[in-house]
Formats: sequence, structure tokens, C-alpha cells
Amino acid sequence: MNEILGTIIAPDTMDLLIKYGINILIIFLKIAAVIAVALLHVAYATYWERKVIGHMQVRLGPIEVGPHGLLQPIADGVKLFFKEDIIPANADKPLFYLAPVIFFVSALTSLAVLPFFEGFVIANINIGLLFLFAMSSLGAYGIIVSGWSSNSKYAFLGGLRSASQVISYEIAMGLSLVGVMIMAGSLNLSDIVRAQHQYPTGMYAIPQFLGFFVFVVAAFAETNRLPFDLPEAESELVAGYFTEYSSFRFAMFFLGEYTGMLIMSSISAICFLGGWTIPRFITDAIPFLLNVPGIVWFLVKVYAFMFFYYWVRATLPRYRYDQLMAIGWKILIPLALLNIVITGVVKILVKG
Amino acid sequence: MLAKLFFGYYAAVIILLSLLVVTRKNPVRSVMWMLLLFFHIASLYLFLNAEFIAAIQVIVYAGAILVLFLFVVLLLNLREELKVKRFIGSWPAGLFVSAAILAIVINVIRSFVLVAPPGRYSIEYIKEATHTKALGTILYTEYLFPFEIASLVLLIAIIGAIVLAKRKTRSH
Repeated sequence: MNEILGTIIAPDTMDLLIKYGINILIIFLKIAAVIAVALLHVAYATYWERKVIGHMQVRLGPIEVGPHGLLQPIADGVKLFFKEDIIPANADKPLFYLAPVIFFVSALTSLAVLPFFEGFVIANINIGLLFLFAMSSLGAYGIIVSGWSSNSKYAFLGGLRSASQVISYEIAMGLSLVGVMIMAGSLNLSDIVRAQHQYPTGMYAIPQFLGFFVFVVAAFAETNRLPFDLPEAESELVAGYFTEYSSFRFAMFFLGEYTGMLIMSSISAICFLGGWTIPRFITDAIPFLLNVPGIVWFLVKVYAFMFFYYWVRATLPRYRYDQLMAIGWKILIPLALLNIVITGVVKILVKG
Repeated sequence: MLAKLFFGYYAAVIILLSLLVVTRKNPVRSVMWMLLLFFHIASLYLFLNAEFIAAIQVIVYAGAILVLFLFVVLLLNLREELKVKRFIGSWPAGLFVSAAILAIVINVIRSFVLVAPPGRYSIEYIKEATHTKALGTILYTEYLFPFEIASLVLLIAIIGAIVLAKRKTRSH
């Protein structure tokens, strides 16, 4: 086989092709691994959420399917897959089909730039943080278009609410991360983690507490989670923008929302909590911890943030819409701007 | 060769998408085609090693401005909008003017010669310093004054919007 090919293609071209082929193969394997692991996490995030909230409300949560209800997410997935796919008669069909795809794909694409541990990232690009902002703003289209194309009042109102909410909080989120950018001097997520490891406290959450606070609140609003889940407020809008969706199209919104939560948790772990590293004063005190692989620390931080999501959901009631806007524009954005000014001044003073 | 193919694809698709944006009857569809158009323009920036501009193109144009377009378009009465004629009566005049501008642009490109020596910002320099850093440094040192003027223009627009909104509530 190789001889036949060799006569057609020059040998050095052949080597080049093999080299590129292997590189491309490795990238595909990485993508497959990351998507598989992320989707498994998403499936079990739903199970974990129901368990956590159940116990917080003195219930048991899912318990019937498998031991302790462990197979519940799989049963849910199978059920959603085999349900009837209903499309409203007056819907704008192409856009109705497109909306969940935009939403889900933009969430999954964000996974490409996240460094999970030292050296493991699908695309190590210099504008990693900006790429995440771009993808989260693309996700808003999925919501708005689904709300409009369903041709239903509830879905439309949910879509409009979500559009204004996501635009407002995206500004606060972007500004809250500027402090991190200034401190790390880079937009590359791996470099941000490495710069954090060099920093005395090992986590930017301590010097950037103001930015971290703004980021956490904005992350809740960006992913449409309680206490800011107005786009899908059940008591007012049935289910908001995905009211008319059923079967697997609904599942795509569902998976996209949980992937979005995972990504927000990962961003907070990477930008504020030190990513795959732990502060050096801890490893200096207990050197044994250096043997623990970085992915463990990363996952611990992500899980802690996910737990925080569930905790808030079980604790706080939903805000009113005007309150939501007031918090975003009158509190979070000025706080984030103040944080940028303070960080910049301190950085210049320290540099001398 | 690969670079030329890449550019050819994006240039052709950008023209096709712009035509789709202006000719669709349904304004929501137009906005969605425009979203795709913005992503192609961002790719063209990436192809020029301008990664920061590419990201800003998507964040600002697709993420903020186009969402506002969509927001306004959604509030239109679409049933009536679909019946309205797509182009105004004087469209042949517009076509003539654009054709004339196209002819001028083609002639200008033809007579374009690169005389100045290549500057400090070569591709190697930008790759080493990263595009964001190179752009930020030059924007806040050499071109600080025009940059501030641009921000002043935006500030005037913001204040103007607030003034207009306030007057409206008072008259009600």
C-alpha cells in the first residue's frame, strides 16, 4: 500500500501528511474525550442537584432507578430521546430547529479553550478569555431565537427577558474579569493559572474579592439560574423560552444550560481559584499534596462551585425583574469598574 | 496556495451573505444571516493574525449590537412587515451610486503600490508580543489622543440617549 502511494505522492509530502494526520487525530481524540467527560458530568450534575436539593428540603431525591437512584440521569436521557417531537404549527421552522443547536453548540465550543490540567487544553489560544465571552454571547441567540420562532406568548416573553438579562450581565461579567487580566498580564487561561501560582496567596479570589463577587453574581444571571431565572420563571411564563420544545430539542436546552453552569464553574476555578494548582503555602506546609494530580484540584474547585449553585437555588427566592436590572446596572457594573481602577492603581504602585 | 483558497472562500461567502442580509423579506432571518456574516469577518481577521480584533468583532458586533438589532426587530409587527415592499422606489439610483463606488475602488486597488518600507509591526513581532499586547501598547501611547476623542464621541451619544429618554417621561 505504501509503495503504491509513494509512487503517486513524493516521500517528503508523505511524511508531512502523516505528521499532520497524527496531529489532527490527536486533536479529534482530545475533543471526543472532553465532550464525553463533560456530558457525563452534565448528566450527573442533574442527579447531584436533585439529591442535594432533596436533602436540603428533607426529602430523599431520586432513589428508585438503580442503587440510590444512580441510573436516574440515564433513564431521563432515554425517556427524552424516545418522546414525541412536537413542532408548533405556526412556528418558524428553520429557526425553530436552529435555536437549540446554537445554544448547545456555543456551550460545548467554550470547552475548547479551558485548560483542565497542566498542558491539557484543546486549543491553547492567546485570547482564551475573550473566546469564552464571545461564545457566551452567541448562546444568547439560541435563547432569543427559540423564544421568537416558537410563536407563543410565553416563549416570546421569556426570550425577550433573557435577551436583556444576558446583555446586561455580560458587561458586568466581562468587567469583573478585567482585574484578573490586569494581574496576570495575559488573556491566555493557562498563563492566568501559572501567574496565579506565582502569586503569594495562590488564588486571585483573595486580592480580587470584589471582582470575584461580581463574577459569581453575573455567572448566576448568565446561566439563567436561580435567583435570576426570570426567563423561565414557572409561575409567570410556564417554562419561558423553551415552552414549546419537546423531546430531544428540549434536552439540548437542558444539556446546554448545565454545560453552561460547568463552564462558569470552570472559569471561576481557573481565573479566581487557581485552576489545577493549589497555593504554595499549603504545599510548603504539607509537601505530600504535590503528588496529587492537578485535575483533582481542578475538579474539586469546579464541584464546590457547582454545589454553591445548588445551595443558592435551595435557599434564595427569585428576584423581581426591575430588581434584577437594578442590581446589574446600578450595583455590579459600578463595583466592577471600581475594581478595575483599584487593581490598576495598585499594580502601578507595586511596580513602582 | 492554502492562504489564497482560504481568503477566496471567506471573501466569496461574505459577499453572498451580505446579499442575503439585504434581500430577505423576513427581518429576523436577515439578522441571523448577518450573525453568520460577522463570524466570517472575524475569521478573516484571524487570517490576518489579528486575534484580538477577531474576538472583539464577535463580542461587540455579534454579542451586543446585533442582539439589540434582533431585540428591535422582534418587536416589529412581522405580518405587516412581510407585506411591505422590500426596496424603496429609488433603488436604481442607489444601485448606480454603489456601482460607481465599486468602479472607483477597483481602479484605486489597481493603481495601489506599496512604497513605504515595512514598519516595526511585522508578523514575527506580533506573534512574539501577542496581538492584544501590541495593539494595547500602541493604542494607549502613540494614538492616545484619537482614542480619547473616539471615547468622547461615544460619551456624547450615551448622554444624548439619556437626555432623550428623560424628556419623554416628563411630557407624559
